[in-house]
Amino acid sequence: MRGNDHENEVWITGVGLVSSLGEGAEAHASILSGEQPCAARVDEATFAPYPVHPLVPLTLSKQIPKNSDQRQMEGWQRLGVYAAGLALEDAQIKGCADLLDRMDLIVAAGSGERDTAVDCKVLEMSGASDSAPLRASEILPSALRPTLFLAQLSNLLAGNISIVHHVTGSSRTFMGEEMAGLSAIDNAFQRIAAGQSEMCLVGGAVNAEREDLLLAYELGHNLWRHSFERIEQRAQRGGGFVPGSVGAFLVLEQRRHAERRSARAYARVTTVGTDRVRRTNAEANPFACVSNLIDETVAGSTAAVFSGASGVAPVTAAELAFLDELKRRAEIEYMWPYGNILGHAVEAHFPAGIALAALAQHSGRVSRTLLGECPGRFSSVDRIIVTGVGHERGEGVAVIDGIPTRGANGI
Amino acid sequence: MARTHGDHRGRPLVAITGIGVVTCLGNGVRDNWSKLTSGQSGIRPITRFSTEGLKTTIAGTVDGLCDAPYSAADLSTAMAEAAAHEAIAQAAIGESSAFPGRLIVATPPSELEWPHLRALYAAGSGEPEGGYARLLSAARSGTFGDMARHVRFANIAGRLQERFGTRGVPLSVCTACASGATTIQLGAEAIRRGDVDAALCIGTDATVHPEGLIRFSLLSALSTRNHPAERASKPFSKDRDGFVMAEGAGALVLEDYDRARARGVRVLGIVRGCGEKADHYHRTRSEPSGAAIIGAIRKTLYDAGLAPEEIDYINAHGTSTPENDKMEYVSLRSALGERISEVPISSNKPMIGHTLIAAGAVEAVFSVMTMQTGTLPPTINYDTPDPELPLDVVANVRRDATVTTMLSNSFGFGGQNVCLALSREPI
Repeated sequence: MRGNDHENEVWITGVGLVSSLGEGAEAHASILSGEQPCAARVDEATFAPYPVHPLVPLTLSKQIPKNSDQRQMEGWQRLGVYAAGLALEDAQIKGCADLLDRMDLIVAAGSGERDTAVDCKVLEMSGASDSAPLRASEILPSALRPTLFLAQLSNLLAGNISIVHHVTGSSRTFMGEEMAGLSAIDNAFQRIAAGQSEMCLVGGAVNAEREDLLLAYELGHNLWRHSFERIEQRAQRGGGFVPGSVGAFLVLEQRRHAERRSARAYARVTTVGTDRVRRTNAEANPFACVSNLIDETVAGSTAAVFSGASGVAPVTAAELAFLDELKRRAEIEYMWPYGNILGHAVEAHFPAGIALAALAQHSGRVSRTLLGECPGRFSSVDRIIVTGVGHERGEGVAVIDGIPTRGANGI
Repeated sequence: MARTHGDHRGRPLVAITGIGVVTCLGNGVRDNWSKLTSGQSGIRPITRFSTEGLKTTIAGTVDGLCDAPYSAADLSTAMAEAAAHEAIAQAAIGESSAFPGRLIVATPPSELEWPHLRALYAAGSGEPEGGYARLLSAARSGTFGDMARHVRFANIAGRLQERFGTRGVPLSVCTACASGATTIQLGAEAIRRGDVDAALCIGTDATVHPEGLIRFSLLSALSTRNHPAERASKPFSKDRDGFVMAEGAGALVLEDYDRARARGVRVLGIVRGCGEKADHYHRTRSEPSGAAIIGAIRKTLYDAGLAPEEIDYINAHGTSTPENDKMEYVSLRSALGERISEVPISSNKPMIGHTLIAAGAVEAVFSVMTMQTGTLPPTINYDTPDPELPLDVVANVRRDATVTTMLSNSFGFGGQNVCLALSREPI
């Protein structure tokens, strides 16, 4: 956790967000402010019994002009490269060779995608016998494309962003489910605040519409297996998350650097705190760092919480109870689990929450209809606290404040 | 506390106070170093599974370390634990199971392997539908919860955090074959920021399984010279034909130099600087001029405050693929100048294979030993030098030399290039 001096303040100067609700900063901002009505888009049929939030159709060539590049990627990579392109465009950095050459890239990634058809072919041919490895060595060399292997490597979302958008100052990929997103945001924030980086493109992408992803999380019994319910409503039936396809990238920039190039800023990241508590320890508070930091930051300002709660029991219920208590004591204006509209985007979830908070700070208002409260009214606050509590491991929080002096270089 | 030792920019100096390693040569620094410097190879025919029909049938596997049936996640964890235990014991840091700093670990792909898929397929046999629906129905039954760890990237880092009691969120990182070096870079940056006093940096990789082998085969990256196995990897040779997959783990304890001195621990080496630069040319090939690798080397020298002439020795990435070794030479020549032909260079890979995600950490451990002992490990199988790569390769037998400051290179698929500048104490 680190506060930052004036010049090294961490500003959000670009937002690239793609989800089931739409594409781009503007589309999501208008949903937040209530200009566009918002109903979560959920597909309950394709992967029944697992509902998912399906991605809006994209015209990929807008951000990935070469067909050859598109062919070299799988869904999560195309989605991430697309969102990264939107963020660069939004920050007016796209195509600026000198800036891209210096820009640091930080990606939160999970496992790549498997070719499920090939997997099934091998399993069907070998049945349940011990010959699967042998069958694999017969079938895979002809069935696997080299590009598919590259789609499985976690660092190849970053690699593709470098190739398509030429972001090459440095490149790091963090993994670890939700901890990937926490680590990526934390690393970008700490480096900029300490003067180790001037600007970072940071974010992640999850393609929820994949049987191999569903299998991975069903093994841990982490998925919601019923008709869609809001995150707050899931505890009675055992909890679980509804995966959402999301690409979320942010341009985080040192204030001095942003001002020098007269960049528009949405908001600033004032603090980031992360931890990983051992939840098996009954004494441990699974979101101690979240509650400590919220306690420190809510005093003396009006605050709201964009909660990254996944819906998985029991940790979501504990987080929501804590936040409800803060609201009851009027320490926060409202609490909103943003996964209710995006779905749970695992690695990309925390970056997506920060993107939404930045958009909300920029417009200065959030529709109370969206929050499930009195329709038609708006809520505005000094600061938005974004939480990221992993479904199994990892806890984090980021404080997103408005840009203090809205002068020529501000909004 | 008042800082007594800063680097050329006044930042905290980063000391290496503990090292640990597991490779196909053995377990532990002492055993590995004696075999490595005597030119022994750990590359052998694969016995873990049938290689019938595969073009490549050799690898540097780590056998006998892990009691559980092989899986990439479990063996990677066991190797990382062994290496970290050795490094922490040497550094004598922290209370038992309470490492006073951050864990940063480079881990291999997290995925279900064929035995897992097969078990799920068999258990789901009552289902009318086939394919993944059948696997999902087996998963829903609840009897395979233990399998989830194979598809949770946080599993390895989580296990290590619990075992060694590291603080904060454990970082899991991937920059492909540069990952091991990235852990050291992340650790050094955190110490320089003053965020932590110490970091436990680990690279681990145990992915010699049929699909792992087939994937690299499809990229035409592997040597197919299976007989004799120990002769397959020949970096910088004219007749090199690919790398040999291998398993291993390297661990380093990094510490704020002043803290290390204050507690009286022996400083094994200094991380002088780190540099990285990404390529935008191709997913598996470098930009032909070597611009990104050159950028990584130059950024490393700049970060370390070193002139090219101060580099005494290079631990090469040296994978033995035609592409890598050529690009490494071209880039070194461009970044360090004509003098490159006189700077001794070795690749550890003909003896230990390419440990992939772990390579940067494993080779950093051997780099520390190089500086400590004044012994340059050999590059075995260097019988037919490539005339287009005029380098002072430490050919076939070890060489004695005083190394004060050196470079260690790591380059990954996906265009991620990381270099480390390391020095002996005192600097």
